[in-house]
Amino acid sequence: MTNETHLLNSVTELMEKAGTMLPDDVHAALSRALEREPEGSFARDTLEMILQSARLSRERGLPLCQDTGVPLIIVRTFPGPAMFAVESAVREGLRRLTEKGILRQNCVDPVTGRNTGDNIGEHVPQIHFLPARGTTSIGVMFKGGGSENVSTQYALPHAGLGADRDLNGVRKCVLDAVFQAQGKGCSPGILGVCIGGDRASGYLIAKEALFRRLDEANPTPVLAELEEAVVEQANSLGIGPMGLGGSTTLLGARVASAGRHPACYFVTVSYSCWATRRARIELDDEGRISRWL
Amino acid sequence: MALTRLISPFSPDTARALHAGDQVLLSGRIVTARDQVHKYLASGGKPPVDLDGLVIYHCGPVTVRQGDTWRVTAAGPTTSMREEPYEARVIRTHHPGAIMGKGGMGEATRAALQSEGCVYLHLTGGAAAFIAGRIVAVEEVHLLEFGRPEAMWVLKVEDLPALVTMDAHGRSLHSDIEHASQDILQQLLNTPFSS
Repeated sequence: MTNETHLLNSVTELMEKAGTMLPDDVHAALSRALEREPEGSFARDTLEMILQSARLSRERGLPLCQDTGVPLIIVRTFPGPAMFAVESAVREGLRRLTEKGILRQNCVDPVTGRNTGDNIGEHVPQIHFLPARGTTSIGVMFKGGGSENVSTQYALPHAGLGADRDLNGVRKCVLDAVFQAQGKGCSPGILGVCIGGDRASGYLIAKEALFRRLDEANPTPVLAELEEAVVEQANSLGIGPMGLGGSTTLLGARVASAGRHPACYFVTVSYSCWATRRARIELDDEGRISRWL
Repeated sequence: MALTRLISPFSPDTARALHAGDQVLLSGRIVTARDQVHKYLASGGKPPVDLDGLVIYHCGPVTVRQGDTWRVTAAGPTTSMREEPYEARVIRTHHPGAIMGKGGMGEATRAALQSEGCVYLHLTGGAAAFIAGRIVAVEEVHLLEFGRPEAMWVLKVEDLPALVTMDAHGRSLHSDIEHASQDILQQLLNTPFSS
């Protein structure tokens, strides 16, 4: 039986860790990128600054970025009353972390213009429950507003880009998205891409793709190849870290696909800044963290 | 590499002496202003502090109240381009010494920097903990009705490293890189992807 106190502690710890610690795979990719950039370049200086600031955040338990983002919570659990407990734990955890200065007040009522002050509002936070057998897992992602602003969706065919309804067309859209973003999404970025789906599911699936670690290969070989091509070509654009030039514009691309309507062929790009914040846990029967995923 | 110590507020002559690519160490008094403050100022709102010569920082900090004062736990730059519709007017009306943020700004701002003697300073996005460490005091806060991230925070900074990416002579490193990457993009769009 889930214990509400354990659950609140687990969810709060999950969100605090996600907000303050750069995932190890992203850290490793940034360190490798630093080695590639020449001594004295803006690109290398920027990557050094990024790694130094991320280290400070980790050591002192400070937010990884002042834009502590919008929370996306994905819960996989056997349907039942525990879902209500998870929902209240998430909301209470967000309130506490906001109070503590781990999260910024990032929820503004668009009608009144007022900041709600506690990261809770109409349709906020977004908590997605998926039915699952076995243990309960909770994933959290905090994605910043700057990187949300440069995320985008294309409908193919696209005359301007000469993009047809095929993987080469997808490649063109993704490169265009990286070009349009320049340094504004806080490059070097990680792309979540959804090929297909509808206007709504495309954005969600593209964002969820960002949960896949950078060292985890795409199970579909042709998509793995597309990911590799896109990263290599995007890095040849010369945009570089924070758009100041250099050979590191992307750290990775995570491509997913979803069935599409015959009339629609959407390519959705969810741009994540270098400060990609995601974490997942598995819970035991009492709501304690049994494993970090 | 030129490394200049800059104390905010400063004069248009100081700004004109800087060039795109110069690295500076910024100290002194700066004010934050982001989306709501820019809309407010550009529509004729009175600034709660005199902005003459000051550095206007595009930032929504994470703040914690501590008794009568505030502590800033994270204070990296936000995307400056969102203020493009307002910035030229703010510069021409209030004559700040510099605009500071990330990602650079557009043509209208570039023209205003040039005519008024002002520069754009670039900081690393997400370097929130590092930058917060260079904020030595929160002096005042105004316009809290816009919410804490969007309020106008008057901060004292010490030795904050920044890069001049748009100068008062019409040069922008951001537009240089955008143009160069556009040419490469065109070549890549014409390259086939085969699997």
